[in-house]
Amino acid sequence: MLQVDDLVVRYGSAVALDGVGLHVGRGEMVALVGPNGAGKSTLVNALSGVVRPAGGTIRIDGRLAHVPEGRQLFADLSVEDNLRLGAWRSRNRDPRRIYEVMPVLGEMRRKAAGSLSGGQQQMVAVGRALMADPDVIAIDELSLGLAPIVVADLARHLAQLNSERGMAILLIEQNARLAFDLCQRAYVIESGRIVAEGDSGELSRSPEVARAYLGGITGSDTETLLERTAE
Amino acid sequence: MSSFIAYLVSGIAIGCTYALVASGFVMIHRVTRVVNFAQGTFAVVGGMATASLLRHGLPHGLAEVVALASAAALGLLIGVVAIGKPGTPPLSSVIITLGLAIGAYAGEVMIFGDQPLSFTMAHGSTSFLGAHVDRQLFVIMGVTVVSYALLQLFFGRTYVGKALTACSSNPYAARLSGINPSRMGLLAFAIGGALGGLAGVLITPIQPVSFDSDSLLAVNGFAAAIFGGLMHPSTALLGALVLGVSESMIGGYVGASYEIEVALVLMLAIMVWRAARTPVMAEEVA
Ligand SMILES: Nc1ncnc2c1ncn2[C@@H]1O[C@H](COP(=O)(O)OP(=O)(O)OP(=O)(O)O)[C@@H](O)[C@H]1O
Ligand SMILES: [Mg+2]
Repeated sequence: MLQVDDLVVRYGSAVALDGVGLHVGRGEMVALVGPNGAGKSTLVNALSGVVRPAGGTIRIDGRLAHVPEGRQLFADLSVEDNLRLGAWRSRNRDPRRIYEVMPVLGEMRRKAAGSLSGGQQQMVAVGRALMADPDVIAIDELSLGLAPIVVADLARHLAQLNSERGMAILLIEQNARLAFDLCQRAYVIESGRIVAEGDSGELSRSPEVARAYLGGITGSDTETLLERTAE
Repeated sequence: MSSFIAYLVSGIAIGCTYALVASGFVMIHRVTRVVNFAQGTFAVVGGMATASLLRHGLPHGLAEVVALASAAALGLLIGVVAIGKPGTPPLSSVIITLGLAIGAYAGEVMIFGDQPLSFTMAHGSTSFLGAHVDRQLFVIMGVTVVSYALLQLFFGRTYVGKALTACSSNPYAARLSGINPSRMGLLAFAIGGALGGLAGVLITPIQPVSFDSDSLLAVNGFAAAIFGGLMHPSTALLGALVLGVSESMIGGYVGASYEIEVALVLMLAIMVWRAARTPVMAEEVA
């Protein structure tokens, strides 16, 4: 579904991505975690063609949608117009399918997107990306600014689309615990290189990953959460 | 009293042509952040092309439509040169449009000659509140109202209009949604060309237009557009009417034409006022 090999991206002389390889299969939900400045946003910007790679290959089967870092809505336009513009490349511009999964968006569909709270804007950003009926969706910071209950809600919808329609998901998260809970597999990126990858459960038990991303807590907490999501 | 009415109506009509030029500035600036200095050129091409097509025997209606299409095509062409290369900084694009506007003089003289051209659209005058008013002035006002209404509908109701607004509001997000902001920028240039061309078509019957008439229209249109921070067509319309009426009154009562001077002073005043009030201008240039 999504296959990235040896991807190199430079900003001037600075190397932001240095031979990154990554794979997300059909119906898979994969996390990408890493510290600030590791190159996560650069990677998704390369996927959507906004930054041009200096080397490597990107293969996407089908349509990719990208929920950008920092929401990036069309502030002067209404929520509904934002959603409809998400479907620019697809034929179905009816936002009702999004209102079904995110009823709050339906309630505020006439409001200017710029007048919403940060969390509400994030929901619009996710909704707009889903309007493209993507085969792969890359979400740059899902939980940013959202109340935990909203994150859980969104995550449930995404998981549903993931299992029902086989939509592949690449989830970028600062909150590594959340990411490991939601995704079967994860990649850890540091300074433009993938430094660890594998089963989320195993990664969260690895001492280095736990120290860097889970506040030093390995094992049990996350495991119980993982079991819950697996059910 | 009757001369006041005559000056007022004529000022509003002239203001309408400034408004059309201004809306072209706004249209292009909103989507591309480029101030298109060739905006007056579109008016010259629209007016001169109509006049010369009529002379070659084309009927009214067709001549105007062909002239508008030429202005739109010229807009597209200037757009391609000014913003066609991805990553051109807006300031470079601005300079390119300035260069093209000056370069266009040569082409205009070659095609249309160096003498002012004019034609008649609506014949004669009519009595309005005790004043004799050219019928053409009412044509100008009517067409401007309709054009503004159509623009409003285009941006408020159509998908492409929304996409243009999206590119103006967040080109990065527009790209992520699959919209091509460069292509939208070219569309804006074409529409801006048609709007400028329309101003020329409307004004030529009352003010003969020659190759170098662009600066008067461009300066006035730009001053009006500045009124709305180069972003709001409706505020630009207001600015244009203020300009047109003040110039007409000064011309009528003082007895000389100070169009450019009035426009420049007003523009300066607005810029100083805006700069003092908000940092908007600074942000938009940055
Ligand atoms: N437009 C740019 N021009 C120059 N350098 C950039 C640009 N964007 C990012 N960088 C650099 O590339 C590196 C990776 O940045 P990136 O935004 O991809 O990190 P990130 O992993 O998304 O970080 P964060 O978690 O803070 O969002 C950083 O060192 C950053 O300074
Ligand atoms: Mg980032």
